[in-house]
Amino acid sequence: MSERTEASVRAEVRAWLEANWNAELSLVEWRGKLADAGWGMPTWPKKWHGQDLPQALAPVVEEEFKRIGAVGTAKAGIRLLAAATILDHGTDMHKEKFLRRILTGEDTWCQLFSEPGSGSDLAGAMTRAEMRGNKWVVNGQKVWTTSAHKADWGLLLARTDWDAPKHQGLSYFILDMRQPGVVAQPLRQMNGHASFNQVFITDAEIAPEFQMGKLGEGWKVATTTLMHERRNADGLRSWATGSTRQGRIYDEERAEIATVMEPYKWYPQRAGRVDLIVERAKATGRNTDPVVRQEIARLLTMSKAAEWTARRARAAQEQGRAQGPEGSLGKLVSSHVARQAARVHTMISGADAMLSGEDGPLNGVIAEILISVPATSIAGGTDEIQRNIISERVLGMPKEPSFDTGKPFRDVPKNTVA
Amino acid sequence: MRFSFSDEQEEFRLVLRRFLAGKSPTTEVRRQMATEQGFDREAWRKLNQEMGLTAVHIPETYGGQGFGDVELGIVMEEAGRALVCAPLLASVLAATAILHGANEEQKRRLLPAIATGDKIATFAFTEANGRWDAGGVAMTATPAGGKFRLDGTKSFVLDGCAADLIVVAARKPGTNGDDGLSLFAVPSDAKELERKPLQVLDPTRKLARLTFNGVEAELIGEEGKAAAAFARTLTLATVYLASEMVGGAERLREDALAYAKMRMQFGRPIAAFQSMKHKQADMLVEVELAKSAAYYAAAAAAEGDDDLPALASLAKAAASDAYMQTAIHAIQIHGGIGFTFDNDTHLWFKRAKASEVFLGDAHHHRELMMRHWNV
Repeated sequence: MSERTEASVRAEVRAWLEANWNAELSLVEWRGKLADAGWGMPTWPKKWHGQDLPQALAPVVEEEFKRIGAVGTAKAGIRLLAAATILDHGTDMHKEKFLRRILTGEDTWCQLFSEPGSGSDLAGAMTRAEMRGNKWVVNGQKVWTTSAHKADWGLLLARTDWDAPKHQGLSYFILDMRQPGVVAQPLRQMNGHASFNQVFITDAEIAPEFQMGKLGEGWKVATTTLMHERRNADGLRSWATGSTRQGRIYDEERAEIATVMEPYKWYPQRAGRVDLIVERAKATGRNTDPVVRQEIARLLTMSKAAEWTARRARAAQEQGRAQGPEGSLGKLVSSHVARQAARVHTMISGADAMLSGEDGPLNGVIAEILISVPATSIAGGTDEIQRNIISERVLGMPKEPSFDTGKPFRDVPKNTVA
Repeated sequence: MRFSFSDEQEEFRLVLRRFLAGKSPTTEVRRQMATEQGFDREAWRKLNQEMGLTAVHIPETYGGQGFGDVELGIVMEEAGRALVCAPLLASVLAATAILHGANEEQKRRLLPAIATGDKIATFAFTEANGRWDAGGVAMTATPAGGKFRLDGTKSFVLDGCAADLIVVAARKPGTNGDDGLSLFAVPSDAKELERKPLQVLDPTRKLARLTFNGVEAELIGEEGKAAAAFARTLTLATVYLASEMVGGAERLREDALAYAKMRMQFGRPIAAFQSMKHKQADMLVEVELAKSAAYYAAAAAAEGDDDLPALASLAKAAASDAYMQTAIHAIQIHGGIGFTFDNDTHLWFKRAKASEVFLGDAHHHRELMMRHWNV
């Protein structure tokens, strides 16, 4: 076969779409076709629902999908992290059993990493998996799990060896969430929403072939998942909107998006809603107060500069240059922006900042900003961890001293779980 | 808007950085700053000719190199990093005022010597009131036989005692604000011009007070119609200064980091302490954001973006805060030695302080930005 070029790929995908796209199919039917033809995940291997396309040609496929208005594979939630991890570390059985149903959207996944006792220190997981008879038996508690109550499968990090040092005693499993030993409960947040679950795992069972990677090498597998999570973080944070076109498949897609995005509906408020600042200042007349003006200007300066810094990073990447420090700062900067936005919203709202719901400014949106912003500097890596990462990896400063890696995990001081 | 450096621009930056590191080590900065004029005339002329610094944004028709604001931004940033003691900013401001305010014949006559560095030029617009706008100009210009006579005092004039050519902002008696504003060219040997060096906090950049007692001056452009050129010059000056400032801020950050990695206390480098690591991470964030703002403003200037006045002010506000904050942290990270005269940190600290204020501090520019955006 000759070398694939932009033109040849475009012709290929266009011909395929024209022959197969039908807006009256069900989502699952259509996505099944995509998975079989490989156009839903074109950069994946041909053997596993892909086209072996280089990353540089992927946008061509996307453009052709957009042109004809075709719906893509299921991408929301944790599923693509699961798929990426399975592609990297899974057995052929894993790939056969899971990948297609991930892409069609038939299966939903969740990530069981964080625990009440280990947040920033993810490798300190204390959920235990023990081999009893011919099965793994799991006990423990996970937290901050998105959509656990709806998930069919979970990516589980559990401790299989308590005598090994922290990172070497972990293994990685695929947990069947539809079993009596797995109970997901919503976790109510300070802003009243419950976007995440805590998952109580009591004598849940896992067949040995559902372990991924080698025994004791679970941290390595988890690192793959986390790497993909960071890479996709911008995509996951952006607000998905469905097509406004008519047709059965679009209705189904809109319903899917509504369900998937429901837990994230407060995320724009978490980021501080800088977009509301100027109109609010004008509407309340606070734009005439010189102190408020200064703080608004500080916020806009920070938020614009953050946007431009992200653009610099992208431009460097597109030009094939080594990424400079500008690419590692986004997470920390977004915390600064959110915090300053909350401050300014408070200044603008005055006494009304004490009110929420229908009595609060903008029908409660301002109150939701004020009580959601604290999540920004914690979720996905606290500001403190970000500063460690930046100083160590970007600035080359010495790593934090380690107090828990040179000895059996059994002997490491831990939180007591109630 | 295109917002990234081309390979040629990156290469230009690298060459310039290496060149200035060789020409402007801190031993040289210290030697120059101790002199009355603050730089060595002959050395500056040669340096400027080799690298074409003041020529960068002057069109080729007027003896310049014909590059744009992005390239000039790179020059300013690298000059700020190396803390070059030279009348670079002064000459750039004067050239900018001439470019935007003068007629064709004047541009052809005045700009080539500035481009080569044979003539040092400056822009005298601020007075004792310390205002950075047209409203602050009180100096009067009275017609006198085809020429004009200037009366009044300019202050905070960059390299005002060294300049050969002084571009002056003055107004028709009885006008105020933008009305009646004109630009004039005055040679430094003009009669009744009194030049007094001011004692400055930042010895790497000299300021002067110039008193005009009926000094004869040549009108630049049209009488009373300089407001737009004046505003444009100030906006561009703000962008160039912001570029220079982020260069200095980054140098301070890097030097403080290198010192923290080397300085041993309690049996380990102080860079190993988390308080130091977090401080350095914060410094990086602040400097990188300010760099982005300066780069964006330079790109906007190059493209003639209508939003430039706001973007320039945003860049200056970010640079003022970032440079000063970085300087404060840098002294702190150095500890006791950072407060000594022998240590180099204070050289940039002082430049940071002077630059924070020159052309208006962060508060001033935040307010300008808000007005431009109609908040």
